[in-house]
Amino acid sequence: MNVAVAKTGKGRAVSDLFTSAEGRLPGSPAVTAVRREAFETYERLGLPHRRLEEWKYTDLRALVGEVLPLAASPDAATLKRAADAVKVHAIDGARKLVLVDGVFAADLSDVKALVAEAGFKTLRETLDKDAGLLKTASIDAMIALNAAMATDGVVLSIADGAKLSAPIQIIHIATAASASAFTRSQVAVGKGARATIVETFVAAGAKAYQVNDAVLVSVGDDSDVAHIRLMDDAPDAVNVTSQFVTIGANVKFNFFNMTTGAAVSRLQGFIALAGEGSELSANGVNLLKKTEHGDTTLVVDHAVPNCVSREIFRAVVDDRGHSVFQGRIIVRPDAQKTDGKMMTRALLLSDEAEADNKPELEIFADDVSCGHGATAGALDDSLLFYLKARGLPEKQAQALLIQAFVGEAIEQIADDGLREHVIGVAERWLERRQ
Amino acid sequence: MPAVQETVERVKRIDVDQYRYGFETLIESDKAPKGLSEETVKFISQKKNEPDWMLQWRLEAYRRWLTMTEPTWARVDYPKIDFQDLYYYAAPKPKKTVTSLDEIDPEILKTYEKLGIPLREVAMLEGVEPKVGEEDPAKRKIAVDAVFDSVSVATTFKAELKKAGVIFMPISEAIREHPELVQKYLGSVVPTSDNFYATLNSAVFSDGSFVYVPPGVRCPMELSTYFRINERNTGQFERTLIIADKGSYVSYLEGCTAPQRDENQLHAAVVELVAHDDAEIKYSTVQNWYPGNSEGKGGIYNFVTKRGDCRGNHSKISWTQVETGSAITWKYPSCILRGDNSRGEFYSIAISNGFQQVDSGTKMIHLGKNTSSRIISKGIAAGKSQNTYRGLVTAHRKATGARNFTACDSLLIGDKCGAHTVPYIEAKNSSATFEHEATTSKISEDVLFYCIQRGLSQEEAVGLVVNGFVKDVLQQLPMEFAVEAQKLISISLEGSVG
Amino acid sequence: MHHLNKLDTKMALLEVKDLKVRVEEREILHGLTLTVNEGEIHAIMGPNGSGKSTLSHVIAGKPGYEVTDGQILFKGEDLLEMEPNERAAKGVFLAFQYPVEIPGVATMNFLRTALNAQRKARGEDEYSTPDFLKKVREVSKSLNIPQDMLKRGVNVGFSGGEKKRNEVLQMALFEPSLCILDEMDSGLDIDALRIAADGVNALRSPKRSMVVITHYQRLLNYIVPDVVHVMSKGRVVKSGGKELALELEASGYAQFEDAA
Repeated sequence: MNVAVAKTGKGRAVSDLFTSAEGRLPGSPAVTAVRREAFETYERLGLPHRRLEEWKYTDLRALVGEVLPLAASPDAATLKRAADAVKVHAIDGARKLVLVDGVFAADLSDVKALVAEAGFKTLRETLDKDAGLLKTASIDAMIALNAAMATDGVVLSIADGAKLSAPIQIIHIATAASASAFTRSQVAVGKGARATIVETFVAAGAKAYQVNDAVLVSVGDDSDVAHIRLMDDAPDAVNVTSQFVTIGANVKFNFFNMTTGAAVSRLQGFIALAGEGSELSANGVNLLKKTEHGDTTLVVDHAVPNCVSREIFRAVVDDRGHSVFQGRIIVRPDAQKTDGKMMTRALLLSDEAEADNKPELEIFADDVSCGHGATAGALDDSLLFYLKARGLPEKQAQALLIQAFVGEAIEQIADDGLREHVIGVAERWLERRQ
Repeated sequence: MPAVQETVERVKRIDVDQYRYGFETLIESDKAPKGLSEETVKFISQKKNEPDWMLQWRLEAYRRWLTMTEPTWARVDYPKIDFQDLYYYAAPKPKKTVTSLDEIDPEILKTYEKLGIPLREVAMLEGVEPKVGEEDPAKRKIAVDAVFDSVSVATTFKAELKKAGVIFMPISEAIREHPELVQKYLGSVVPTSDNFYATLNSAVFSDGSFVYVPPGVRCPMELSTYFRINERNTGQFERTLIIADKGSYVSYLEGCTAPQRDENQLHAAVVELVAHDDAEIKYSTVQNWYPGNSEGKGGIYNFVTKRGDCRGNHSKISWTQVETGSAITWKYPSCILRGDNSRGEFYSIAISNGFQQVDSGTKMIHLGKNTSSRIISKGIAAGKSQNTYRGLVTAHRKATGARNFTACDSLLIGDKCGAHTVPYIEAKNSSATFEHEATTSKISEDVLFYCIQRGLSQEEAVGLVVNGFVKDVLQQLPMEFAVEAQKLISISLEGSVG
Repeated sequence: MHHLNKLDTKMALLEVKDLKVRVEEREILHGLTLTVNEGEIHAIMGPNGSGKSTLSHVIAGKPGYEVTDGQILFKGEDLLEMEPNERAAKGVFLAFQYPVEIPGVATMNFLRTALNAQRKARGEDEYSTPDFLKKVREVSKSLNIPQDMLKRGVNVGFSGGEKKRNEVLQMALFEPSLCILDEMDSGLDIDALRIAADGVNALRSPKRSMVVITHYQRLLNYIVPDVVHVMSKGRVVKSGGKELALELEASGYAQFEDAA
């Protein structure tokens, strides 16, 4: 359905989406003007479709069709449900920041402990002073829609030299059925700092909801930052997240995303290496079943010389699941001595499963060493047989091999505790499969 | 480092102006009026004495074309083409049926002599060392169909081929002489609605080669077509159709050149291959259209649709291409692996220099059971060129046991060029096994110094290393083409030696 | 400096005079002087980092080195003015410490291309294919190099010993007047070393000089030098006869580190 044609019934509904929500969208008149402009961009482009190269494998017009109305602000009952969900998904020792249906829930969050180490405000509080938070260079329709509709988010600033003693976990909880939540957050890490950010997307009883999230991350020189994302949404949800990361000089940035739910999901990460001597490790896992469609799109942009990037991606697809990995390494004309490698592998567990891989190299500098590899296939029969001959039942033998397969990506998480946590999430997915 | 700089400097100077085939032949020609309309299509069809079904086929394509827009997804950049500012038909005059080479305009013969194309049946190949176990090339024969602008001017060895039952003739003749074959196969691999340029070609193609190899026949010699664009402001739209019937084999070679001109010229060919059960087609191209001058002015727009249909079980189609010419190349020789156990291969060398833009690759579409494909692509970018490999490998639901191996390597010479790799890998069933690897790097300075210490000049060293880099693909070419291609590669990269 | 009377009447082939060389901003050779006469074998010994390999690279013309002062004369001509390939054609041959691999370029093709490039540069006729093949066969046989090795890509998949034998093969084929052997013994076991050294010894001739660069004395048991130089910190600090190598073996380089 082409929502760009505003005259149609659906186009009308989309316009209503904005006008009916407008009263609830925070910000001064200046902010509202930015939102309006963004919404016009979205209306002009409509939902992304397969004829757009970037969305070739994730046709939101076909898969999603329409954007649901804004979720109501959480009330006491929904906050109670959210609190139960937080207990299940919180990482031990992490400082929690909880967003319920797109609105920051202070009572469920560890603001006091956090502000001792880092600056924190909500998007709502920050917007009037900085409408720039709604702006990005991208002309992607979903990002424009996010700018128009974002109700809240977290704005973190980690000072120069600060070494956070615990991870910060941003938990997105959906409680409202058949409604949309739009969040936008910013994480600014100063120079010589150390921080770990975890983002978790889960449902608390909600069904058929839609999430559109955007995160803007900047990392100062000489910092060491880990960013772990777990997209573990309800099986009938839609989650489109856009992530912009700008990395300074001599930084170590460790990025990981795992998708284990949602009917339709897409993580689109745009990571720019903007300072020399930095090392990026960007990895991901898609674990998909039923008719789930999971898309991980990573654009790694080497804008300056002497950086290293490594990407490892694994997809495990069962039933009629559909995994998409698009990885692009860009090496700009001046980015000499770039070392960029990417390896993507897909494991198909069913005859109706599908895995599409598009690992791209876009190289404008000559003194580089870049490469990618991609494989797709089934589990190795001889390995399966070996395990079965040792007494393991089929599913268990498969589970063991799958764990090893996704382990190659999960292993890249530097923090022991977080790695164990992610392995736990993957194991639960495998158990559900059995 | 000095050597790096020097290499870059030398290669920068690589003069695309040095194009050796840039001469023009002065002959009179018979042209259709400028521009494209139903009248143009009718004019062409009439010139060719075509039956009505062919005219209707063309008109349908033309009407379809009017509704289409130019594709924009390729990584190439060029000003909008005014399709009304082109001639769609140019034939050397006088136009009459040619029965022997002696009747061909001596100017044209001279042109082919300059190009080194052995139109004379006695022409032998020189200076090639036979490999052990191979027959002496001096004794090997190549049948040639020469296409001048849009019209086939000579087909050699016709009689000998006829004895074997092989039909090798201009497609314009085949339309008249073998209508049942043409009607059955034309457009069956690349439908008239396929894409903007293929549809345009279907409306206005003027000639090209037709090959039919009957069941069980191994074509006794290599078949070859040499394309030459001569006229100004002329689009060249050839159409090639090759059918290998059950259990047959044919190897087909194609070469292309054009005069040096300031304006861009459009070349929009369509090649269709059909391989029936147990048949094999080997299709090799050495594309050396004029690439434009060192400022990026002029050159051929090479927008070509090439597709092979492995229609039968155990059939095989192998594409090998050496692309060194053209201002812009937009070309994806593909295989539809329809028959069970069929196999597709794509071997490519794409060299870009000056301001050339290449967006080329392949599609391997696995439909049958136990089909396999192999892609070896070597891209070399120098000067200010942009060189993109774009390739699709897809295995459909029912294509159980599909296998693909892809290796795609790019080499950069200088820091003003770009090398890009855009693979699309789509696995739609669990028994498909795909392996893909790609690398991009520059020529190692240590390797260059090693060669230079042994007495090679900088350019010779670059030529040697590049030829080593592309060796896997060169080996796929028939020997005489391999030698030509090797020289061509050195010429495209060396420029002014000394 | 040690003076060798018996060599006074010989022609100087290579004269390195007060050579100063920098890599990036660091000076590696601080005024090195060395004369090699026709037919002589000189060993250059020294600890790691003394500048031995730099010297060999500068003589051959490897990019990345900046000569800030001094001169290198070869047969009386200014070597520094020549391109590396011109030096090769004049008769300078560097046997690399780590010979590179050149995928896809058959060794045989490489040998012919290089030999004919050198001959062409000297204004000599290029070898015909049969003559070339004959010559390669002779030489490779004497070096115990199997023919199938020549069909493989240059050094691709060769063992350390095979790579070094390939270097000696080229030396034999190109007939240079100056051979610089850069750490020829590195990565070789004793048998491989003996085979390579025998190959080198077979090439000794009154018209050919050699500069043997090595860290260890062991190589000089096989290739016996006329003159031994000790390098330290970018200079030749001592020269003498072959007995100097044995002396070093016993006492080590430490004494020279201070002297430099």
